[in-house]
Amino acid sequence: MSVVVSSVRTPLITGTKTLHDVSDDICRYVERPPSKSWMVAIALSLATLGFGVYCLYRTLWDGIGVWGLNKTVGWAWDITNFVWWVGIGHAGTLISAILLLFRQKWRMSINRAAEAMTIFAVICAATFPLIHMGRLWLGLYWVLPLPNTFGSLWVNFNSPLLWDVFAITTYFTVSLVFWYLGLIPDFATIRDRAKLPWRKKFYSALSFGWTGKARDWNHYETVALILAGLATPLVLSVHTIVSFDFATSVIPGWHTTIFPPYFVAGAIFSGFAMVLTLLIITRRVFHLENYITLYHMELMNIVIIVTGSIVGIAYITELFMAWYSGVEAEWYAFRNRALGPYWWAYFSMMTCNVVSPQLFWFKPIRRSIVSTFVLSIIVNIGMWFERFVIIVTSLHRDYLPSSWAMFTPTLYDVGDFLLTFGFFFTAFLLFAKFFPVINIAEVKTILKSDSQKS
Amino acid sequence: MKEGKKVYWQGLEQLNQDPEFLKYADKEFPEYLPVKEQKNGQPEDSNVDLGTDRRDFLKLMGFSVAAASLAACEAPVRKAIPYLNKPTDVDPGVANYYASTYSQDGDYCSVLVKTREGRPIFIKGNKMSDVTQGSINSRVIASVLDLYNKDRLTGPKTKGQDSDWKTVDAEINQKISSITNSGGKIALVSKSVTSPSTLNLISEIQEQYPGVEHIQYDVNSNYGIRKGNEMSFGVGFVPAYDFSKAKTIVSINADFLGSWVSPIEYSRQYAQGRKVGKSKKKMSRHFQLESLFTMTGASADYRSKIRPSEEGDVVKALYNMLAAKTGGASVSGGDGSYNYLDQAADELLRSKGKSLVVCGSNDPNVQTLVNGINYMLENYGQTIDPSKGNTSRQGDDRRMVDFANGLSSGEYKGVVFLNCNPVYDHPLGGKIKEGIKKALLSISTAMVSDETAVEVQYNCPSHHFLESWNDSMPRKGSYSLAQPTINPLFNTRQAEESLLRFAGRDDSYYDYVRNYWKENVYNAETAEKSFDLFWDRCLHDGVHEVETPSEEGFDMVPVLISESMGTAASGISAEGQGMELVIYESHNIGSGEMANNPWLQETPDPISKVCWDNYISISVPDAKEQGINQDDLLTLTASGKSVTLPALIQPGQTAGVLGVAYGYGRTNSGKVGDGIGANVYPMAGSDGYVNYSITKGVSLAKATGTRKLAQTQTHHTYMGRDFVIQETTLNEYKKDAWAGRSFPKISTYDGKTAPKNISLWKGHKYPNHHWGMVVDLNSCTGCSACIVSCNSENNIPVVGRDEVINRREMHWLRVDRYYSSDSDHWQGGEVPSDNPEVVFQPMMCQQCNNAPCETVCPVAATTHSTEGLNQMAYNRCIGTRYCANNCPYKVRRFNWFKYHDNRQFPDNLGMNNDLGKMVLNPDVTVRSRGVMEKCTFCVQRVQEGKLTAKKEGRKVKDGEITTACAEACPTEALVFGDMNDPKSRISEVLSSENKERAFHALEAIRVAPNVSYLTKVRNKEKSNQA
Repeated sequence: MSVVVSSVRTPLITGTKTLHDVSDDICRYVERPPSKSWMVAIALSLATLGFGVYCLYRTLWDGIGVWGLNKTVGWAWDITNFVWWVGIGHAGTLISAILLLFRQKWRMSINRAAEAMTIFAVICAATFPLIHMGRLWLGLYWVLPLPNTFGSLWVNFNSPLLWDVFAITTYFTVSLVFWYLGLIPDFATIRDRAKLPWRKKFYSALSFGWTGKARDWNHYETVALILAGLATPLVLSVHTIVSFDFATSVIPGWHTTIFPPYFVAGAIFSGFAMVLTLLIITRRVFHLENYITLYHMELMNIVIIVTGSIVGIAYITELFMAWYSGVEAEWYAFRNRALGPYWWAYFSMMTCNVVSPQLFWFKPIRRSIVSTFVLSIIVNIGMWFERFVIIVTSLHRDYLPSSWAMFTPTLYDVGDFLLTFGFFFTAFLLFAKFFPVINIAEVKTILKSDSQKS
Repeated sequence: MKEGKKVYWQGLEQLNQDPEFLKYADKEFPEYLPVKEQKNGQPEDSNVDLGTDRRDFLKLMGFSVAAASLAACEAPVRKAIPYLNKPTDVDPGVANYYASTYSQDGDYCSVLVKTREGRPIFIKGNKMSDVTQGSINSRVIASVLDLYNKDRLTGPKTKGQDSDWKTVDAEINQKISSITNSGGKIALVSKSVTSPSTLNLISEIQEQYPGVEHIQYDVNSNYGIRKGNEMSFGVGFVPAYDFSKAKTIVSINADFLGSWVSPIEYSRQYAQGRKVGKSKKKMSRHFQLESLFTMTGASADYRSKIRPSEEGDVVKALYNMLAAKTGGASVSGGDGSYNYLDQAADELLRSKGKSLVVCGSNDPNVQTLVNGINYMLENYGQTIDPSKGNTSRQGDDRRMVDFANGLSSGEYKGVVFLNCNPVYDHPLGGKIKEGIKKALLSISTAMVSDETAVEVQYNCPSHHFLESWNDSMPRKGSYSLAQPTINPLFNTRQAEESLLRFAGRDDSYYDYVRNYWKENVYNAETAEKSFDLFWDRCLHDGVHEVETPSEEGFDMVPVLISESMGTAASGISAEGQGMELVIYESHNIGSGEMANNPWLQETPDPISKVCWDNYISISVPDAKEQGINQDDLLTLTASGKSVTLPALIQPGQTAGVLGVAYGYGRTNSGKVGDGIGANVYPMAGSDGYVNYSITKGVSLAKATGTRKLAQTQTHHTYMGRDFVIQETTLNEYKKDAWAGRSFPKISTYDGKTAPKNISLWKGHKYPNHHWGMVVDLNSCTGCSACIVSCNSENNIPVVGRDEVINRREMHWLRVDRYYSSDSDHWQGGEVPSDNPEVVFQPMMCQQCNNAPCETVCPVAATTHSTEGLNQMAYNRCIGTRYCANNCPYKVRRFNWFKYHDNRQFPDNLGMNNDLGKMVLNPDVTVRSRGVMEKCTFCVQRVQEGKLTAKKEGRKVKDGEITTACAEACPTEALVFGDMNDPKSRISEVLSSENKERAFHALEAIRVAPNVSYLTKVRNKEKSNQA
């Protein structure tokens, strides 16, 4: 196969790979015994998860009081973590659905991992609305509109929390199906390559009897397109609905119409940052430099500049509107955000989310793996603070100064957050080890770019 | 018989070998079984199978499964004892009320006790009393919990060992006779006894045993006033004051709304002069010159800061000013100049005969001068009624000191502590503690094993007042009765009954009181014809008033008045050196007698909003100068004693003055009260007059470490938010009834409009009732009786100090206290003024018509009633806390933990042991962990009132239903009622105030609350004093 480097388009896969190379490169890690570094990583994740499970046990056994919440600040880390994780999930859906519709082929080497991240992030996110309930054992099913024997009791369709229930369950279901659908041909590939009987059985079960016939492919692509169509509005709606938790309330700092677009932009912003964090590691550990190239990084960094700037503008608009509205409590809430006792949270947010992504305007920074990695983490720290700032600094000083209070996290606030980290990384490591981290089938289609001659 | 086998017959049938018997002899149940018999109606001996057939089997199985599952579903009923014969007055589910009397530690209150199924569960003021007029305070309300205190002594003890009454009485009688026979003295020590029967009994005992001395003392003594009056009038007494008649009130360090003489009574009177309305656009003017920041000072129009050492000089200065203007002789001294004193003098003169000057000093010379001032102002017979002497504090400080010395010198061979605890609460407690050991006989009648009771030989625990018969005469001519509302819970015996036994008498104290009333109170000419009828009425009403001749006891001698002034003035010699210390009475804890009451401990101080601790309050400039921060531990040394307590920085406190509350630092009060704070009684001066102002030799040093104070409010100003607090001055208000009001406008396409004109909501229809409340910011004194009343009515858990620090107290009702600030800068406004004005704002669920909490609950656990109440279905709540976050008033409370029956919350006495749980209101659910709760406008009372009306086939009458907070309010600042009833009091208030002072908190967000506030009006020239 002769190598011609296109002058029109950047090749998406470098390193003169053949179709067979692709299968080999990606399946190799599934087929090999786990590496030492993987074992260390999963041990760490499991340890974190274990600690988190202990904290969760105490939270459920003793009561929500083990957290640092109080009569004034009724939500803090719980809902902060919830919104943060949901936001992270958004990148996966955006990459797999919207970019699919827009025929952005560069997404093909990253969508698998991004979608897996979405699934795990949504599970982590859903943990918090569940465990933040005082009576989880009842809330678990009382929030669902199930026919019941309690008389005429029904859920309250006015409540944004109920909308959340629908939004999150829909989102999780669609994402899971979409992700799994994409995995089927690849499971079949692994099945076909498998030499060990258990592996053959295992992957043949997972591949749902995929044969690779034209009909299969036809169905596969049709369903993928339909699901992409279904998932696309979710990218916008889920975080919009999450933002309604705040936007529809009466609390100064929450009661803001700008929240839906601002939350969606923030979600994509943080999601891309998380995808970058994960992929930079995966690419290195699994030697996938030819599949996940600097070009990918750069494109994602551009998304980060765009969404980061939108978020920045939203912050400033919010401040302006608070002043311009002439509502005293509102203006106080925003001044207090920036200069009150939680100023450090606000400035962490501003620095991490507005200032730091602007560095990506410089090409060397945008194309440097190290700086991308560092900035991707900074962005996620910033986005966590954004939610903390919105939730805690708005609540802690609302209308009546007599109730103003501070929030201080406890070990269990931290521990329950670590629980989700433990779960997320455990799940992602298992995924990376046992599932193909790149969509083999799709990547093969872009091995040669349009303008490339074979 | 050896070889014979014993045979037992089942009956004659077997003996006779009856064929009928033999037929069934081999069956286990020879009788007919109904199952078989009913089967097909066929006879027994037919050839049908006699076993239970399938249908019967199913029937039986069905029945037993149903029975078993029913038994399993039912919660086990424990300790339910049915009435064999129903007591006449007890209907399960229906409350009974009994009039009774609370008299303890100088507090007198005529009360109504609510009992349910024979258990007293709630105490409210008795409106029939002329003295208290239905007013009450937090301690009286909370006293019901002390009845069910598991730390109470359950029977007599001898030297710490359980004993029985017979043995104890025999030993005591024997010792008394051996002491009195040898001419030894026995001291009978008590707090002020207001009961005429008890006093009569004691004097009878004294006749019987001449060696018995009765010594009365008070923690918060009025001895100085009594002595002052003795100097002025020749007779020692504490007069009845009437603050309602006073147009100008000048108080010099007298916290008459909190702790001075009879605050329960004065609060109600004071409020009458402070209320304004459409038809009454005037109010009393109140000047307060004080060292610490008291609740009374917070209500004052003009407040001036003085040092305790200046107290005498202030009185002299005022005396001289008035004397100069009325042509009287001046006294020496009074050279200092004090803020607002000139103005006060002018106004006092202008309202001669309608003014009142009071002083908190316990120095008789100062009180003599105060008498002179009131005499010049012609207040006697007007605002001061000498004929109605107040008996609630008649302790004799000097005799108590003599007693302490006598006891330690072995002069007293015997000592009886009658419901008092001087080892703890007297400055010479240490001396008394040592002295007790020297006495041959020592007895305590305390209900718990307190600091004094652990030192004595015999513990003869008395009943709680709710288990006792007694009477009281809080002021001359006003009698009241106390009756038991429950059988004694333990093997205790009322102290007076013990006295009867000690005197060798067998009659019951009930008979004694009854006889006393028959002989001394009953007057056949003016009252009922038969004593029984009279007694029944008194018992029902709880009170009885008799006419008193006005000149009884003494003449008003002008000569004596003018003569005594000079000597009094020269007798005042308080000079301050360095820091000065004021030991004061904490508003909720009082003397410390009720320190073991968790409701009181968790009720925050009205001013500092601190609970569960005492502390050294220090002024802002002092703290700045000495680099002291809030919560820093400080070591305070005074009178040779030291305590280490955390610092509280108190705006408005005089620089150079420190304050510490007594009533803390108890070691033997019980599980809750022990070890809270430090005891400062030993620091008080006791050279004949108990003196809580230490003006010399006070030093303050920083200790290492901090102790975080539990404050329920940590932000102290209202940040100039006129949507929270609206206030004005009287002059402005007279000119314009809308003064101080703010009217928010919302910009719309059609221009600016009031928030009520635009709404997302369609509104609710209230066809029947529409409950609402009006809170008069002008008459609220911040006393917090409402909080304790709400705790008692609504089974509110006590969470303890740590959880209050975590800002998780469960009070459904709080009283927000806001200081004024000199700055309107958005951050500078957080700093209170140097001498701040104060507004108290009781804040409970506002029962919004457009409730933000209702829309956000995902499971509809909080909904709107057809009567305007915002309801909470605890059973449905899943605890997302969204409602609490979205509550703009932050009045919702979450059950972070399981508060009842949880060892983690040992202070929750009313919910963690079987005895304590008897105090719970059976009409109100005890909430479980993980659910939200909040004020319901006492929906159980609303429901009860409606049902009563329905049963009687009539409409609910106004005043019939009221909330616990409104009922407890001593100043009647809270008015609850049906806004749909045009004749109800609330409708009347609202219709006259709607266009005047009534406003909704946070009107702009249009949540449309059912609670309205009335603007705070200050009677001062201009707001924000310099």
